[in-house]
Amino acid sequence: MPDTVQLEVFRYRPEEEGEPVFDTFEVPYRDEWMVLDALNHIKDHEDGTLSYRWACRMGVCGSCGMTVNGEPVLTCAAYLEAFLPGPIRVEPLRGFPVIRDLAGDLTDFIEKLERVKPWIIREETKDPSEGEYLQTPGQMAAYRRYSMCINCMLCYAACPIYELEPGFIGPAAIALAQRYNLDSRDDGAEERHEVLSEHEGIWSCTFVGECSAVCPKNVDPAGAIQRYKVDATADFFRSLLTPWRDR
Amino acid sequence: MSPQPRSPAQHVSDPIYPEAANPKYTRHHPRWHRRRIPIFWWLRKWVYTKFILRELTSQPVMYAALLILLHVWIVGRGPEAYETFVEWLRHPLLVALHLFVLGGLLFHTITWLNLAPKALVLRVGERRIPDVLVLAAHYAGWILVSAAIFWLLRGG
Amino acid sequence: MRRARDPFFWGLFSAGGMLAALLLPALFLIVAVAAPLGWFGMTAHVDWLALVGNPLLRLGLFGLLFLAFFHAAHRFRYTLYDGMQLYHLDALISVLTYGVATVLTLIAAVVLATAG
Ligand code: SF4
Ligand code: FES
Repeated sequence: MPDTVQLEVFRYRPEEEGEPVFDTFEVPYRDEWMVLDALNHIKDHEDGTLSYRWACRMGVCGSCGMTVNGEPVLTCAAYLEAFLPGPIRVEPLRGFPVIRDLAGDLTDFIEKLERVKPWIIREETKDPSEGEYLQTPGQMAAYRRYSMCINCMLCYAACPIYELEPGFIGPAAIALAQRYNLDSRDDGAEERHEVLSEHEGIWSCTFVGECSAVCPKNVDPAGAIQRYKVDATADFFRSLLTPWRDR
Repeated sequence: MSPQPRSPAQHVSDPIYPEAANPKYTRHHPRWHRRRIPIFWWLRKWVYTKFILRELTSQPVMYAALLILLHVWIVGRGPEAYETFVEWLRHPLLVALHLFVLGGLLFHTITWLNLAPKALVLRVGERRIPDVLVLAAHYAGWILVSAAIFWLLRGG
Repeated sequence: MRRARDPFFWGLFSAGGMLAALLLPALFLIVAVAAPLGWFGMTAHVDWLALVGNPLLRLGLFGLLFLAFFHAAHRFRYTLYDGMQLYHLDALISVLTYGVATVLTLIAAVVLATAG
């Protein structure tokens, strides 16, 4: 095992230079270090101005996503060892405008997420005194996988369509819409359909499939999108063949 | 009626930040860096290249459908026309092309069937049928149908 | 109407994709290569006329060709759209790809209706 490893870090300092550059740092190599530990080492000992995001260091907050050697990963869950011998290239997530160094502007994702109304919508609510809304384990299994999303946006960074068509609502937002659509307590599917059935909803997707490949939580957004396409198409042809049944 | 993604410049009417009146001002930072997408973006990674190759199987599919249609038409034009057509099909260059097209068709079949369980979620009661079973059923169907076609067109 | 377009063409695309995946390799292998070259003990002298004479087979073949044309057209439209980044030409590309598929479907209908 080497004593040190080289990191080539993407730097963008709009006050100083118009175009991004790569800075090379030599950091100690430790078997148990993640890429994030190496970045923290740089920030603590080499260059305190390096900007990036992280919080939990245990793969649950979803804030430390970056592109390492071309792959979108959670840097707190990616061993340095996996990228030996180096140099290891660390860049911000693709698809999002870069504010500074490794930090991107995520506003677009947050706004899209809001548009699919990722919360339980009910036609009738009951008073809390009447008790909770019950659900069987099987009903929960229908959406559970999609509820594991930590909004890390690795799937957006992996999706060439999101980069090409910035209007595309994107993998995680659709998976989260499905998380509520498939919830037995929810009545909001029609409202969400308004957004999802736009061209820039599900129909921009051409099933590249990389979103599911990079997702650290095994959410399978690609599967969620295809299922929604199948359902939307079946509904469409059904209402075409039996128009009298249309509400 | 889809709300467009808000561009940074639209953050301007913010009462807490008076400097937002400046049209150049954006709340988070004055200057974003946006990376450009190369025309040949699908050469950047092998998975993207595979994706484009998968999408390009539309051409072998188109070609195969056309050739089958042409075949039916020629059959209707009598034995002589048909003999000439078969002579054509025996030309080594056409055979090579057709083997290539067949490769494309097989690539389409394999990629298509492999993705099928993703789109198809079948349930028995509350239990989801495992993906491997859905996949196996698709492949079994393919083999069965192919065998039936061979039987139907066995000639002789 | 705009909302109808996407599920409509996607429906044709996926039905065509499934049929093409299951049927085309075997059909194409036999018609284009195996029968003319006499592979697997096949001969070029399949009684095609009798087969083509069967109206059910003709109808099935029409379904396959129609959906395969639209499958290919739809897929190719997206290849040009995203792969080549020709977003501004989408209207033209759609007319061309789906237009070609429509014309070919009509030709197939005529050929199959008059065959046999
Ligand atoms: S779907 Fe997966 S990759 Fe996408 S934001 Fe959620 S956890 Fe991250
Ligand atoms: S720091 Fe929270 S997910 Fe990596």
